[in-house]
Amino acid sequence: MGTERATRGTVRPGDVAVLDANGLDALIRRLRELGFETKGPVVRDGAIMPGPISGASDLPVGVADEQGPGRYRLSAAPHSRFFDWAVGPGSWKAEFFPAVQELWRANVDGASVALMEPILDAPPLAIVGMRPCEVASLAVLDRVLMEGSYRDPRYAQRREGTFVAVVECASPAATCFCASMASGPSVDVGFDLALTELDDERGHRFVARAGTESGAELLSSIDHGSASTEDLNAREQVLVAARARMGRELDTEGLAGLLARNIDHPQWAEVGDRCLSCANCTLVCPTCFCSDVRDSSELDGTIVRRRAWSSCFDLEHSYLHGGAVRTSTSSRYRQWMTHKLSTWWDQFDTTGCVGCGRCIAWCPVGIDITEEAAAIARSDTGLASRVELRGVTS
Amino acid sequence: MTPVVHRVVARTRETDDVVTLCLEPVDGPRMDFLPGQFNMLSAFGVGEVAISLSGAPRDVGPLRHSVRDVGAVSRALCQIEVGGVVGVRGPFGTDWRVTPREETRSVDHRDTVVVAGGIGLAPLRGAVCELVATLPEGGGRVFVLVGAREPSQIVFGEDLAAWARAGATVLVSVDRPSSLWHGHVGLVTTLLADAGFNPANTRALLCGPEIMMRFTARALVDMGVNPLAVLVSLERNMQCGLGWCGHCQLGSLLLCRDGPVVPYAGIVSGLMNERER
Amino acid sequence: MITSLAQIVRQHPFTVGLDDEYVALIEGCAHNVAFAPGDLLCREGESADTFYLLRRGHASIQVHAPGRAPIVIETVGPGSVVGWSWLVAPYRWTFDAQAKEPVGAVAVDGACLRQKTLVDPALGYALLSRVTAELLARLQATRMRLLDLYGGPGEH
Repeated sequence: MGTERATRGTVRPGDVAVLDANGLDALIRRLRELGFETKGPVVRDGAIMPGPISGASDLPVGVADEQGPGRYRLSAAPHSRFFDWAVGPGSWKAEFFPAVQELWRANVDGASVALMEPILDAPPLAIVGMRPCEVASLAVLDRVLMEGSYRDPRYAQRREGTFVAVVECASPAATCFCASMASGPSVDVGFDLALTELDDERGHRFVARAGTESGAELLSSIDHGSASTEDLNAREQVLVAARARMGRELDTEGLAGLLARNIDHPQWAEVGDRCLSCANCTLVCPTCFCSDVRDSSELDGTIVRRRAWSSCFDLEHSYLHGGAVRTSTSSRYRQWMTHKLSTWWDQFDTTGCVGCGRCIAWCPVGIDITEEAAAIARSDTGLASRVELRGVTS
Repeated sequence: MTPVVHRVVARTRETDDVVTLCLEPVDGPRMDFLPGQFNMLSAFGVGEVAISLSGAPRDVGPLRHSVRDVGAVSRALCQIEVGGVVGVRGPFGTDWRVTPREETRSVDHRDTVVVAGGIGLAPLRGAVCELVATLPEGGGRVFVLVGAREPSQIVFGEDLAAWARAGATVLVSVDRPSSLWHGHVGLVTTLLADAGFNPANTRALLCGPEIMMRFTARALVDMGVNPLAVLVSLERNMQCGLGWCGHCQLGSLLLCRDGPVVPYAGIVSGLMNERER
Repeated sequence: MITSLAQIVRQHPFTVGLDDEYVALIEGCAHNVAFAPGDLLCREGESADTFYLLRRGHASIQVHAPGRAPIVIETVGPGSVVGWSWLVAPYRWTFDAQAKEPVGAVAVDGACLRQKTLVDPALGYALLSRVTAELLARLQATRMRLLDLYGGPGEH
């Protein structure tokens, strides 16, 4: 192969190395030896989903995807690349913020109550094959669950112990627009290790960048070569080609203000007519964080409080003694989209959308957030004074 | 996220559907809080709801919460007897900003007009206690305007009398008088003209049904009160109190974090006038 | 200090911004009145030729019914105008107005003013604008009360 003979030289954070296809397998096995529970993308139920992996062969080798509004298909590809697809419906959010999570349980005996919190003793997690948009989405969730006034100990504990090996995107789908959201196809922060899959005349290999000490140590401990100028150029070309293949775009310039001043735009009613209020978009979204807190009683009398994902498309989401605040589908769609692209900035000083395109692919009627934003931009009906109201707080 | 177990040490029925619970922690010290903040109260096995604190920080003794029976959890809370247990998480949210700040201990000399509708007096009770307590120190005049549907729905009657004795102007109006009612009849906003505060030097604290707060805030601004000095207490579905669950969003606000007490000026007046359908 | 009737009329919110000429006209049709608690300012069903500019004390707008205390609809106080039935035929009071406490008011002869508006429509417009403002405020407050704002969620 074209790379230098593999060595085990010491790697430091910021260094760039090259792994061959076997190196990827070695990396996963080394993580397992270190005691990590290793997870990565796997093919399950006809989709690429998060799942346990014990070696590179568990990854979606030679699999291609085809995505469009309301459409997702996997097919066999005429190559043996591991990461030649875009994100599937399952995001890594669930690893850190499970769909259902026990908060505590209580035994009530007369007027005395014993409360017990679950012990957080899961082994450390290593994810190999996270995509850049998902790294970005976890940074968004960090703002909500870890970096506000209150820190969610469950989320934080899982998040901080996790080793992240991200793989840059070579094959964005027709639904992808991460380039517009500055969250892909390349990645600069938020990883221990960043890989770029190359498959050209110089062979099938990975450019590997160490982002942290743990990433550097891991690379040091497996066979690797140093990256040549050709390797680095090849990576650049992959990313340039990926940007060019990006299926969609979203004009983010002034977008938050545009939506804020178009709260009464007729487009909301128009999209409300198409939207089924099914909540698929919020379930596949890697940043949606809304949850319900519910108590239940077990048969033995134990009381259990759980937190479960919920959706702003549910009627009950806005329930206020007496009734729901947002009863129409259009007002619920408006809540969802203005939150993602506008009020999220006010609340958390970041976007709520990373451009992964899942909400487009998994919408049963193919509603496209980029098209809805563009429709409003085409006929900006808002009053300028509404903009001035924004950002005026105590 | 895990509640602290409190015991009900006293329980008062305020009206046919409002009960005041006085709570003390089973272990450890009582929490510190500011008037206007809220706690998440758990009726074990039923669920959890946001209930404002209605005591004054300067009072020693149990935490006070007045609960209106409007749903499964609030009903269960209303039914807990003395000796029973309640889970408490908090305090959460913003306050009425009436407590003299530690660093200055400066007393506010402005007139304060407090307008409460129905059970909306509960989140304001602690604030009025604080304001009335600073009257002898030269604090500004206090005007408490209370609206209720009918005389039997007026809460905290003893407090109203005590505040009046302490020098506050207390005016109460009902929508539907009983034959024994000799007080004012009419919308609570009709009390504003009679109250006698100086609009140019007034701050206002409003709590009640959102429609009432909207109309009262506008009436105050029309009278010349600075909209930045008008505070309202807003309510939306709250399930965590921590800014995590997303239910309490009102436009750009997360009301458990940015509220419940917010200035009427700016974005809030706009948000209170948005039509959700 | 004795305040003249002119000053009293001039200082009442009802005449704010009104031409001096018209204030003088109103004054010419007005006289000071005092009511003891329980006195009726006007009586339902009787001919309405007067209206009152309240200066001090509160009055109840109410309806009487046999076998029960009067039903109070609204309390009005200083600065209010009591009575607008003098403006519109058949010029008859629809409700009682009763002093809750000592009430001081200016009684204005509406029948006299009505005659003057026939020859001076601008006076009619000025009076109507002021009465309409009072009407609007009371109608809006009445509508708000119809909403039963403090009612429980299960009652809507």
